[in-house]
Amino acid sequence: MARLTRRKLTPTDIVMWTIGAILIALILWGSIATLARGAYSLDHWIDFTIFGLAQGSIYALIAMGYTMVYGVLRMINFAHSEVFMSGPYTAYYVAAYFYRSGLLEAHPVLSMTMVFLVSMAVSTLIAYLLEMIAYRPLRSAPRLVPLITAIGASFFLQYVFRGLYGSGFQAYPVIRALEGPMYIGPVRILKFQLLVIFAAALLMIALYQFTQRTRLGRALRSVSEDKEAAALMGVDVDRMISMTFMIGGAAAGAAGVLYAIMFKQVHFFMGFIPGLKAFTAAVLGGIGNIPGAMLGGIFLGLVESIGPSLFLDGLGITAPYQLKDAIAFTMLVLVLIFRPTGILGERLAVKKA
Amino acid sequence: MRPETSERLPGLSLGLVAGACLVLLTLIGIVEAFSQREIVSGVLSMGEGLLLFTGLFIAYLAADRGLRSAGAGRALAAGIVCGVAAAALLGGLVLLSRAVNLRQVLINASPAVFQMLLFQQEELLPGLALLGATGLLAGAAAAGLRLLPPVPRKAVTAGLVLVAGLGMLQDTVYPVLSSWGPLGDIADWVFEGLGLSRGGALLLFLAAAAASAAWAVKGQALRGGIEKLSPAGRRGLRFAGLALLAFVLAILPQALGLFLSEVLTIVGLYVLLGLGLNIVVGFAGLLDLGYVAFFAIGSYTVAILTSPELGFFSLGFWQALPFAVLFGVIAGVLLGIPVLKMRGDYLAIATLGFGEIIRILVLSDSLRPWLGGAQGIGKIPKAEIGAFEFAGPQEIYYLILAGCFLVGFISWRLRDSRIGRAWMAVREDEDVAQAMGINLVAAKLLAFATGAGFSALSGAIFASKIGSVYPHSFNVMISINILCVIIVGGIGSMPGVIVGAFALVGLPELLREFAEYRLLVYGAALVAMMLLRPEGLWPEATRRRELHEGEIEPQAEPPAAAAAGRP
Amino acid sequence: MTRRFALVVALVVLAGFTLAGFAQAAPPKDPIGVVTIKKGQPIHIAYWMVVAGPDASLGTDTKRGVEIAIQDKGGKLLGHPIKLSGQDEGCNAEGGQAAATKIASDPTVVAAIGSNCSSAARPGAPILWKAGIPTVSPSNTAPYLTDPKRGPEYDGYLRTAHNDKVQGAVAAQFAIKKLGVKTAATIHDGSVYAEQLQAVFAEEFKKLGGTITSQEAVAPTDTDMRPVLTKIATQKPQFIYYPIFIAAAGHITRQVKEVAGLEKTYLMSADGSFSPDFYKAAGEAAVGMFHSSPDFSAFAAGYKGFLEKHQKKYGEKPIAPFHAHGYDAALMVFHAIEKAAVKEGDTLYIPRKALRDALYATQGLKGLTGTLTCDSYGDCADPRIAVYQQTPENIKKLVNPESPFWKPY
Repeated sequence: MARLTRRKLTPTDIVMWTIGAILIALILWGSIATLARGAYSLDHWIDFTIFGLAQGSIYALIAMGYTMVYGVLRMINFAHSEVFMSGPYTAYYVAAYFYRSGLLEAHPVLSMTMVFLVSMAVSTLIAYLLEMIAYRPLRSAPRLVPLITAIGASFFLQYVFRGLYGSGFQAYPVIRALEGPMYIGPVRILKFQLLVIFAAALLMIALYQFTQRTRLGRALRSVSEDKEAAALMGVDVDRMISMTFMIGGAAAGAAGVLYAIMFKQVHFFMGFIPGLKAFTAAVLGGIGNIPGAMLGGIFLGLVESIGPSLFLDGLGITAPYQLKDAIAFTMLVLVLIFRPTGILGERLAVKKA
Repeated sequence: MRPETSERLPGLSLGLVAGACLVLLTLIGIVEAFSQREIVSGVLSMGEGLLLFTGLFIAYLAADRGLRSAGAGRALAAGIVCGVAAAALLGGLVLLSRAVNLRQVLINASPAVFQMLLFQQEELLPGLALLGATGLLAGAAAAGLRLLPPVPRKAVTAGLVLVAGLGMLQDTVYPVLSSWGPLGDIADWVFEGLGLSRGGALLLFLAAAAASAAWAVKGQALRGGIEKLSPAGRRGLRFAGLALLAFVLAILPQALGLFLSEVLTIVGLYVLLGLGLNIVVGFAGLLDLGYVAFFAIGSYTVAILTSPELGFFSLGFWQALPFAVLFGVIAGVLLGIPVLKMRGDYLAIATLGFGEIIRILVLSDSLRPWLGGAQGIGKIPKAEIGAFEFAGPQEIYYLILAGCFLVGFISWRLRDSRIGRAWMAVREDEDVAQAMGINLVAAKLLAFATGAGFSALSGAIFASKIGSVYPHSFNVMISINILCVIIVGGIGSMPGVIVGAFALVGLPELLREFAEYRLLVYGAALVAMMLLRPEGLWPEATRRRELHEGEIEPQAEPPAAAAAGRP
Repeated sequence: MTRRFALVVALVVLAGFTLAGFAQAAPPKDPIGVVTIKKGQPIHIAYWMVVAGPDASLGTDTKRGVEIAIQDKGGKLLGHPIKLSGQDEGCNAEGGQAAATKIASDPTVVAAIGSNCSSAARPGAPILWKAGIPTVSPSNTAPYLTDPKRGPEYDGYLRTAHNDKVQGAVAAQFAIKKLGVKTAATIHDGSVYAEQLQAVFAEEFKKLGGTITSQEAVAPTDTDMRPVLTKIATQKPQFIYYPIFIAAAGHITRQVKEVAGLEKTYLMSADGSFSPDFYKAAGEAAVGMFHSSPDFSAFAAGYKGFLEKHQKKYGEKPIAPFHAHGYDAALMVFHAIEKAAVKEGDTLYIPRKALRDALYATQGLKGLTGTLTCDSYGDCADPRIAVYQQTPENIKKLVNPESPFWKPY
C-alpha cells in the first residue's frame, strides 16, 4: 500500500521534498562556511566525534528498552526514563559505601561489577512492577490509555525516589583507573569514554544476539510479530511481555551506571531528558527495531555534539549549543521526511502503528 | 495474591501489600510532612489520616474478598489479619530504624516520624502495642463497614470522604466560606486552629451520611418522577436547568472568590487547549505531542505585538488577537506538511520535536532582540472592552468563558459536519478513508490548522492574563498534560475535555498547598483513573460501546490493581 | 439546642468585644487593612517557592532556611504560634501567578516569603501587594524587580538576594584587577538569573578593557558540556565565567579539565552554585575555582550553628545555596511584625501598610548573609560581595571556604 502511493508523485511530495531540500541546503551552507573559517582543527573534530559517540552509546542503550517494549506492545513506555533513573540512583549508595570502605580503590573491577549488578537489579525490578501494575490490566484498552498510565507512573516514580533519597544531588565517586586521557595512535580519548563506548557496544551486541539466537529470544520475537499466533504455539505471552520489560530494564540499569561513570551526578530528575532523547533515537532508527535503536542513538549523539559547531558556527549564530536540541529534532524531521518510518524501520510501515 | 495463601490466612497477602504501601508512604516523607496539618484538630493529623485511610481502604478490599469467598466470619478475619499485618510491617520498620541508621540513605526516615508511629510513647513496647491495636481496630472497622448493608455503608463512606476532603482542603474552603456572610460564622465554628473542630467534623460526617442515605432512599423516586414527566414538562425542566447553569456560570467568580476564580481560569485555558487537541487527536487520530508550540506562538505573537518593552508595535490586545490566531493556523499548516506521511508514534515524536524547537528558538540568544530570550517579554497589556478591563482572574474568567463557548461551538459544529466525519474516517483507518475518496492531505491539514488556531487563542489569552511570557512556560510537559486531559476525560468527547481539565488541572491547583507531593499524587491518580476507567471519565458514546462490546471479563480485578498502584 | 447555644455564645462574645472596644483604644487604623489575630490563633506566614519539578532543590533549600528561622524563634512570635503554609510556584510565570493568587485569597496571611524564581515574582508580587501582603524573596536576583521604574504594584516587594547588577560587576572587577586576565568567555543556562549575570559581567569586563571571546549557552539539563567547552577552547580564553546552577555547573567544572586547551583556564561561578551540593557534583575538579558570594566571614559562627541545626533536622547538608537568604528573609519578616504589630489585651493587630513600611525600614539587621539594610526599592542584601576560592580541604569536607579570597571593598 505504502509503496503504491509512493510511486505517484503528488504535490504534497513536492512540497515536502522542497522543505527537505531547503533544510539540507542550509545545513550544507552552514557546514561549508564553518569549514572555510577554519576555527576548528582536525583534532577538534575528532574530539567532537568521540564525545558524540560516547553520549550516543548511552542513548542507544536506553533506546533498546523503548524499542523492545514497542516491539511487543506497540506502546511508548514513557516511564522507561524512570526505570533508567532508579537503578543508578540506588546503586550510588553501594558505590559510595565501597568508596568509603576503600574497596573501590583496592578492587575497582569487582566493586564496579557489584554496582552494575545492583543497578540492573533495581531497574529490572521497577520495570517488572511497572508492567504488572500499570500496564498489564490495560492490555485490551485503546492504545493511548497505557500511554497515560505510563506518564502517570513516570511522575509517581520520580517523586517516590525523590521522597526516598531527597531532592539534592549525589555524585558517583571517581575511579582513579578510569581518569585521564589515553592515546590510540594519534587520537586522544578519555579512558572512561572508551569504556562507555566499548561496554555499550558489547551489551548491545549481546542483546541482539540474545534475541536472534536463543530460544527465549525467538519466543520474544514471535510475541512481537503476532501475539495470538505465539500464544497458539505455546508461548506464554504474559511471561514474555514481562521478560521484555525486565530485559529493557536491565539494559537501562546498565546504561545508568555508564551514564554515572561519565557524568557522575545522579538525582531524581536525571531520567527525563535522556529518556526523551533515547525515545527520539528509537524513533529515528525505526521504532521496534533493535539495530535501528543503536543506529539512532549514535546518530543523535553525533548530531548533538558536532551539529551546533558544524552547521551554525559558520552562519555567525551566537551560542549555537543552546540550539543543539533544535538541530537534533530538525535532523529527525529531515530523516522522517525522506524515510517516514525511520532509518531501518521498514517492517512496521504498513502495520497501523 | 495467590489463592492458596489467602486460603490459609485470609487477608494476609493484601495486608502485606497494605503494609508495603504504608512503609513507602512513611519513607517518602509524606506522612511526616502532613503531620504538621490536622484533619480534625487535636485528634487526627493529616499524616496519620493518610496512613489510616490507606490501611482502611485495603483492609476493606481484603474483607470484600473474604466475603465473596466464604461469608461474614471470613470477611471479619480477613480485615483483621490485613490490618494487623500492615501494622506489623510498620512496626518492623520502626524496629529496623532502631537497629540501623536508615537516614544515611533514606533521607526522610527521621526520628520524628518513627516517634509518631509509636504514638509518641517513650518506651518501645507500649508504642508497638498501640500500633498493633490500631491496626487490629482499623481492620475490624473496615470489615465491619463491608458487612453493613449498602445504604448505611454508603452513608458512612460519604461521611468519611467529606470529613477527610474538607480537612485536606481547609485552606481553600475556609476563605471562601468565611466570605459568604452568615456561612462565615458556621465556617468559624467548623474550622478551628489547624483543622476541623471536633464538633464540626461530627456535624459534617452526620450531614454527609444523612444526605447519602436520603438520596439512596428517595433518589430513585425522584429520577422516576422526572422520567414520568410529559415531554413538554421535561423540556421545561431542561430549559430551567440550562438557565440555572447559565446563571451559575455568570456569578461563579463572585461566589468563589479570588483563588478559586484563578483556578477556574487556568482550567478554562486548558479546556480551550483540550478542545483544540481533541480535534487533532480525538477526531482525526493524529497523535500530537508538540501542541504547546501553537500555545507558545499565540502567546508570543500577542507579546511581541503589544508589549511596549520591545516597542515594535504596541498594539492593543484585541488588535493582536487575530494575528495570534492567524499565526497559529499558519504554523499548524507548516507543521502539518512535513509530517503528512508519518503515522502513529513517528508523528508523535516529530511533533514533540516541533514543540521543543519553538521553545528553544524563543529562548535562544541569537533571536533575543526580537523574542526576548531568557528574560522573556513583560508589560503585556490586559484586554479591555470600553472601560471594563479584564484585569484579575475574576474578570478574565469571562473572557475565557466566552472563548470556551466559541471554541466549543465551532468544534461541536465541525464534529457533525462532513469534515468531521472525514476526520473520524481517517482516525479509524487512513487507507480505507483514502479509498473512500477522502482527501487525506486536506483533512489532516485542516485538523492541524483548526487545533493550532484554538491553541493560539488560548495562548493569546494566557499572555494577557500573566502579563509576561517566558520560554520556560512552554515546555513539553504542557503538551503531555493536555494529552492527559483529553484522554482521562474520554478521547474524542467534548464534555470529557471539561471533566478532564477539572480533574487534572483543577485538582492539582487545589493541591498546590501540598506543594512537594503534588506531582506524586497527580501521577498516582493518573494511573488509578486509567486503570479504573480506561474509557475516560466522560467517554464519547460510540467509544464506550466499542470498548465494552468485546470485553469478555469486564473490569477484571481493577480495585486490587488500583490499590497496588496507589502510593 | 446547640444552635441556640452557639447563638447565645456568639452574642455574649460580640457584646464582650464591643465593650472591650469602648473600654480600650480602637484597633489601629491602616490605609490597606489590619489583620486581627485573636488569642491562641496563629500568625500566618506563607511561602511560595519551587518545591516540585526539576528545580525543587532550590525551593526545598530556602524553605528549610525559613523553617529553621521559625524553630529558632521557638515557633512563636509575640506569644502567638507561627503558622507556615506553602505554595509551589513552579519556577515559572504561571506558577507564580497561581501561587500568589492563592496566598492573596487567604485573608489570614500576614506576609509572604518568596518567590525563588524571578520569572514567578514578576506576575506574582503585584498580586500579593494588591491584597496588602508584602513578600520578601530569598533568591530573586533579576534587576527589574527592584528597579526605580518598576511601578507602584511592586511596592510590597523586597529581597535578601543580591541584585545581579552587583554580583556580575564584582566578578568582572575580580577577573581584571586581581587575576589580571584579558580574555574571558561566559556560559549561561537560559535562566533569567544566569543570563542577566553573564550579561552584566560581559559589559563590565569590556568596560574595564577586557575582551569577551564568546558568550555561550547550554540547557540546565545538559550533561555533556565537552562539545561547547571545545568550542570555547578554540579561542583560548584565560577565564570562564558560568554563573549557573549546581547540576550544569558541576558538569562544566568536571569536564573543563578533560578538554584540551582549557587546563590552565581560571574558572568562576556565582552564588547559585556556592553550596555543599556543588562540591559533591563537581568533586575535586572544583579545587582552585572561584565563586562570588555574600561575605559570610563576619557571621561565621552563626552560620555554623545554622548548619548544625540543619543537619539535625533534615539529616543532610543544605542542598542549594539560598538557605541562608531564606533564613534572613524570615528574620526580616519577624522583625518587622514585632515592630508593626499592636497588642490590645490578648488580641494582636497587624496593620498591613505599617508592616510593609517596617520591612522597608529594616536597617542593620544582623542575618546570616550579612547586615541587612533595605533601600527604598526593596534591595536588602548586604552589598558586600566577596570572592572565595575553593581549597582541597573544604571540597573534601563539603563545606564552604571560611574566609574570602578577595574583597572589592
